[in-house]
Amino acid sequence: MMSVLQGERGASQVQVVTAGPAVSLRGVTKRFGTAPNVLEDVSLEVAEGEFLCILGASGCGKSTLLGLVADLDQPTSGSVEVRGGKPSLMFQEPALFPWLTARENVELALRLTGAGKKERRARACDLLALVRLKDAGDKRVHELSGGMRQRVAMARSLAQDSHVLLMDEPFAALDAITRDVLHEELVRIRESQKLTVLFVTHNVREAVRLGDRVVLLSSRPGRVVQQYAVDIGQPRRIESPEVSHLSVAITEDLRTEIRRHGGHS
Amino acid sequence: MTVQATDDLAELEAGLDALETERTQKTSRVRVWWAATWPPLLFVGALIGFWQLVFNAHLQPSYRFPSPGQTLTSLRDEWDSGDLQKAVWNSVRRGGLGFLASLAIGTPLGLLVGRVKSVRRAVGPILSGLQSLPSVAWVPAAVLWFGTSDKTIYFVVLLGAVPSIANGMISGLDQVPPLFLRVGRVLGARGLASARHVLLPAALPGYVGGLRQGWAFSWRSLMAAELISRTPELGLGVGQLLDQSREASDIAGVIAGIFTILVIGIAIELCLFAPLERRVLRRRGLLAATV
Ligand SMILES: Nc1ncnc2c1ncn2[C@@H]1O[C@H](COP(=O)(O)OP(=O)(O)OP(=O)(O)O)[C@@H](O)[C@H]1O
Ligand SMILES: [Mg+2]
Repeated sequence: MMSVLQGERGASQVQVVTAGPAVSLRGVTKRFGTAPNVLEDVSLEVAEGEFLCILGASGCGKSTLLGLVADLDQPTSGSVEVRGGKPSLMFQEPALFPWLTARENVELALRLTGAGKKERRARACDLLALVRLKDAGDKRVHELSGGMRQRVAMARSLAQDSHVLLMDEPFAALDAITRDVLHEELVRIRESQKLTVLFVTHNVREAVRLGDRVVLLSSRPGRVVQQYAVDIGQPRRIESPEVSHLSVAITEDLRTEIRRHGGHS
Repeated sequence: MTVQATDDLAELEAGLDALETERTQKTSRVRVWWAATWPPLLFVGALIGFWQLVFNAHLQPSYRFPSPGQTLTSLRDEWDSGDLQKAVWNSVRRGGLGFLASLAIGTPLGLLVGRVKSVRRAVGPILSGLQSLPSVAWVPAAVLWFGTSDKTIYFVVLLGAVPSIANGMISGLDQVPPLFLRVGRVLGARGLASARHVLLPAALPGYVGGLRQGWAFSWRSLMAAELISRTPELGLGVGQLLDQSREASDIAGVIAGIFTILVIGIAIELCLFAPLERRVLRRRGLLAATV
């Protein structure tokens, strides 16, 4: 009850620390109103520079978890710590502002961090170049393809200059070819920018393709049920035997986890 | 990653981008304008032809049903005497001033009602109720309160337009996807910055719709007020001109008056509000690029 009140106070519950893992969740439980727990006793640590994938079925609380780390919402109990300032978040839905051009979207993020006008311009161009959209800066959002939009969104997230990037199924709506290209792009950018990434997905192969580590989340309530270290060197390919091999094993566990729910009802 | 692999990726991506973005062809402005203009012109032409035919059939005496020519003559007479220009200028000025005043009142009112829950609960229903009340119903009260002065006219115009504009603002705010506000928060926009960079731009389409409707309401209310309160002190407006013709049993003048009101309404709609709305929608990709 105490912690619910704390949550409602609206004060930031995410503590910013300066040493230790980049993100750490300790005993995090989250429920909305009187509904059953969405997340229950989730404890996780993301090391500095790590690429962690959280894998879970639809509706298991992945977006909720990222919302807690991004300080959009407060945990019912438990604590969330993020090292070195506010993380940036790439949303599941296409979330660029349609009244701005691609470059203006990136510039707005810079502006809100307090950057000056000249600096904004230059930084935005650099960031768009980084996601290889140098020439699309003046395009409006609706003129961009799905893949280009997500790259602009990535540039906007990078504009926040935080070391921790949270990604909520950013490629779920894209076709397989584009997704494959963006996986490669993300790995490249993450290496060059030395990012810590917390990546959420319901796609097992995607998790194995990208992550240094994969965490399997159960559904209703969401708990950490398994962790897998992915000892496959980058560059990886999503169709490679190593990736497939681990994916098969994880899928088996995921199915067992899902089957458990059918047995009870 | 090797340099070779990175270059391959860049090329692959460039190829995908080119394939996935549609090439839009820019049609010339004149052509777009012409495509939008000739169908209504043709239709109006047909209507006038039909009108002439009905007139030629002598179903009614011409003092009850004038021909297009007679109406035009009446319009020209009013032009020659200078009454028409004066009346149009007076009415447009009143309508414009009334609209601007409504804008200044309706916008903050809409913001307040749209964003503050308790105010919304109290004021919201009344505001939408006011929108369905024909503002001409206020004319008798306004005459009693303010006499026959400009105040009466502006009062009626305000009561017509303010609710529309405020309601437009409110519905614009309601249509802002919550996702955008969350994005704003993640990017670090709070309070005023969030309102300026996220909330207001996101609410703009609804607001512009409200402005358009607000103009229609102020023009309508203005005409009602002018028709009902005709005194020398008020000076000549299009509504008064129309009522003058009625008093003189000059049917051609009456029809000419109705046309004048209609044409001004259409002209302002076409020259001001339609392009504004189109621009806002097109920038957001909510409108096909060509007609
Ligand atoms: N603001 C909220 N109020 C009430 N319930 C919520 C809220 N947000 C999420 N939920 C509930 O919490 C559960 C988890 O939602 P969440 O969006 O985190 O799942 P997810 O794993 O991201 O799903 P998906 O894969 O479909 O994106 C769902 O049952 C949802 O109904
Ligand atoms: Mg989700």
